Order: sequence, then structure tokens, then C-alpha cells
Amino acid sequence: MNDIMIRKRKWQFTIFLIIMIAATYASSIITDFNALHGITTFPAALYWIFSNMLISQETLTRLPSILDKLLETIFMSIAATTTAAVISMFLGLMGSTTTRVNRAFSSLARFTASISRNIPVVAWALILLLSFGQNSLTGYLALFVGSIGFLTRVFIETIDEASQSSVEALRATGATYFQIVNKAVIPQCLPLLISWILFMIETNIRSATLVGILTGTGIGYTFDLYYKSMNYNVVALVTFSIVITVIIIELLSNYIRKVIL
Amino acid sequence: MSLLKVVGLDKSYHSNFRVLTDINFEVDTGEFVSIIGPSGAGKSTLLRCINRMVEVNEGKILFGDLDVGNLSKKALRKLRTNIGMIFQHYNLVPRLTVIENVLHGRFGYKTTLQGILGKFTEKEKEHAFFLLEKLGISDHAYKRCDQLSGGQQQRVGIARALIQEPKLVLCDEPIASLDPNSSKVIMDHLKAITSELNITCLVNLHQVDVAINYSDRIIGLNQGEIVFDGPSQMLTEGRINSIYGTETRQFITV
Ligand SMILES: Nc1ncnc2c1ncn2[C@@H]1O[C@H](COP(=O)(O)OP(=O)(O)O)[C@@H](O)[C@H]1O
Ligand SMILES: [Mg+2]
Repeated sequence: MNDIMIRKRKWQFTIFLIIMIAATYASSIITDFNALHGITTFPAALYWIFSNMLISQETLTRLPSILDKLLETIFMSIAATTTAAVISMFLGLMGSTTTRVNRAFSSLARFTASISRNIPVVAWALILLLSFGQNSLTGYLALFVGSIGFLTRVFIETIDEASQSSVEALRATGATYFQIVNKAVIPQCLPLLISWILFMIETNIRSATLVGILTGTGIGYTFDLYYKSMNYNVVALVTFSIVITVIIIELLSNYIRKVIL
Repeated sequence: MSLLKVVGLDKSYHSNFRVLTDINFEVDTGEFVSIIGPSGAGKSTLLRCINRMVEVNEGKILFGDLDVGNLSKKALRKLRTNIGMIFQHYNLVPRLTVIENVLHGRFGYKTTLQGILGKFTEKEKEHAFFLLEKLGISDHAYKRCDQLSGGQQQRVGIARALIQEPKLVLCDEPIASLDPNSSKVIMDHLKAITSELNITCLVNLHQVDVAINYSDRIIGLNQGEIVFDGPSQMLTEGRINSIYGTETRQFITV
């Protein structure tokens, strides 16, 4: 019995490997991508980056205005995430099999989340661009809608995993729905929920750059501006400050996680 | 009049598979009854029908003079305050303290708002500490439940059930996750609930010897049907075999 299982596993693995190799080969033929060529152009590309993307004394004078835009981007990401978290908390409670009020609402919540999740945030930005135009509201909405999908999904999983048993126990004592949610589900899940919200903020700060390029807001707009005017020194500075910011935010949220979990 | 009366109970989760078939029994106040049977026999389902955690398909469950299947939402809530429940995996809120978990047992008596604000009377808090004292875990009152051993967590579960001041306590495999020593402590406490407080206990067990040692009466369940119902002394080897099926028997008691 066990032997058969192991042999079956091995077979599955071999087949999987063959399919992967075939798929890689086929797609490189179809897209005309030559791995060898890709690798040989690498040194040249690196050379270009290092010779053009230098942060000079002169570019540093732009730092205040860059930081200003960066701050705007960070706040937009945080605002989009926290407001999305409120909606997602509601959708999560509705969607979870443990805390749902009925099947129809549960399906509706999961469906909403799935639509929001399966359209990439960049696509949301482009769609919203058509109706709201190039402004910061569009950027905010794109991040907001994208976050709802992801957060609802992880909230549903967190609630189901963390509180199924205690919800059953409290239901059996005669507790009401809101007593159960407030006194069992939320206390048990809160640290994990916060952890996911922090993760979403990190992700959104990264996406905000791209969304900003499309919607003409925040640091993405600054990046785009200097990129198009071929001022690569400033582009380097912008990139560098984004990287530093993302690292700081990540360290910060790791610290918060450690404290609350 | 009996405390609990089950008449012609049928239950199925899916239309093509009966989990419980024609269950009939009565339980009086102060009885300690064990329900034994192989896993999948329907023991957990039977307990959950009694406090309507699952809906019944056919038949009647009478608790006192209440028809459990016919209660309004509010009346069902009131019924549940009268029935405590104890679980195999304790089902506490692990991140909350022992005392918070015990007081959860009072929610059934409170309005939603009182519950959310955590408004408990002095008397309720005193009662909670009294129970913890009695169960030997008062030292841990302010510890988080996930820091306690299994046996201690189950005692918190018992305290949460008792603070409801129930007439009946349903126990679903209360010792299945515990070592022999903790199992004995828990079974002794459950027995004391009945003998000292005169509260009826209905206990799902899969250890036949424990059931025989502790209960006045045993109900044997096999594939959703009652195949034995009588005093513990009458549970002979032959009858045990008929509950479990001959081969699986040694497998289950070791
Ligand atoms: N929520 C449920 N949905 C569908 N089937 C269930 C559910 N709970 C239990 N069952 C099925 O009902 C039967 C009896 O289960 P259960 O009452 O848990 O038995 P026991 O507690 O004696 O092991 C099993 O076949 C089980 O698969
Ligand atoms: Mg069971």
C-alpha cells in the first residue's frame, strides 16, 4: 500500500518535470525568447545602469520634493488598505462558513472578493482611469478595490481556522451572533488580521508606484516624469528612496508582528 | 416527568445517508448516562440534536415540557442556557484568559450589548472563581488558555458549562485527547457534577471500561441505531461485541 503510494508519487514527479521542461521550451519558441541571448546582453545592461543611474550631488536637491511625493504615496497606501480592511472584515464574516448568516450572503461575499482579486491591480487602475480620470482618487480606488479581494480571502481563512471550535461552544451556551463575533472571533483572530493588514500595506506601497505611473499620482508620477525626460540620475534617486522606504516599512511591520503575535 | 425525552428521532445530513435512525430514550434528572459506539456511529450528532446545534429531520426531542424542534430563536437561546456542553478539543478561545472563558458561559443570560461590553455582576465573577477553586485551577485564572495543559483546559470547559447553571450537561468525548491521569481527573469531576449538584450528564465515550466504571446507565449506538440501553452491569461481553462488531473491539479499547 505504502509502496504503491511512493511509486505513484515518483511517477507524478517525473511527469511533472517533463511537462515543465516541455512548457518552458515551447514558450521560448513561441515568444522567440533566446536564453543565451538574454544572458549575453546582461553585462551591457548592467554597464548601462551603473554609468547612467548615478545619484549625484545635484540630484540630491530634488530629495525634499521626492520625499514629499513618497509620503503622499505611503499615506494613500495606508488609507486604501485600512478602509479596504473594514469592508473586508464585513465580507470575511459573511463569507466564512463559521460566522456566515446564510449561504446566499456567503456566496455573494466570496464572489465579490474573487472578482476583485482576479483582476490585477494595474487593470483596476486602467479601468478606473476611464471613469475617474487621472487623479489621486483613481489611484486610491485601484489599491482599495485590489486590497478587498486579497484581504477578504485571507480573513475568511483566518476566521475559519482560528475560531470554528470556540464559535460552536459559544453558540451552545446561547450566546448571540454579535457576542460570539466580538468576544470569541475577533479576540482570537485580531493579531493575524493585523498581520495581514500590515502585509497588504507593504504590498500596496510597492504597487502604488506602478499605479501612480498610470494614474499620475504620488511617487509613480515623479518616477514617470524624470524617466520620460531621461533624467536618469533622479530616476535612480527615486528608485533608491522607494527601496529604502519599502525596507523600513517591512522592518517596522515585522516588529509590530513580533509584539502582537 | 423525565428531563429529556427523545422520540422517533431520525437525522441525515445528506438525503441518501441516514446518520440516526429511530432513536428513542428518556433521561431523568440526576442520571449519569454514557453513550458508546464505534466512531461514525452518530454519537456526536445525537448530542448536537439535543441542543439543536444541528436540525432534526424526523421525530421529537422534549426537554422538560419544551419541544426543542419547535422553539423560536429566543426560546432556543433560553433552552441552551439550560444545557451545558463540553467538547473533545475543549473549544475555548485560546488567546483569552481562563476567567474570561469561564464567564463566556453567562452570555446566554445577557443582552447582546451587555455581552459585548463584558458587563458581569460581582455575583457572576464570584461564582466563576468558586468554580475554578472547586476544579483546582484558580491559580491559573489570569493565564491565557493556550498556556494550560489539556486536562486544565478541559476543566475550564467544565467551569464554562457549570456557570450556565444548567440542568443537563452534554459531553462529547471529553477525555479522548487526554492522558490517563487527566482523564481520571476529568471523569471524577463530571461524576461529581451529577452526584453533588444533581445535574444530569450525557457523555459520549469510546472507552468501554470508563463508561462501565462511571455511569449508571449505558446507551450503545451502532450505525445510527440504539442497540443497547440499560444499566452498566448488564453490558456483557456479548453485548459489547454487538455494539462494536467483534473484530474492531480490541482495537478500540487498547
Ligand atoms: N456536519 C456534518 N455533515 C455531514 N456529515 C456529517 C456531519 N457530521 C457528521 N457527519 C457524518 O455523520 C456520521 C456520524 O458522525 P458522528 O455523529 O460524528 O459520529 P461519532 O461521533 O459517533 O463518531 C458520520 O458518517 C459522519 O461522516
Ligand atoms: Mg464524535
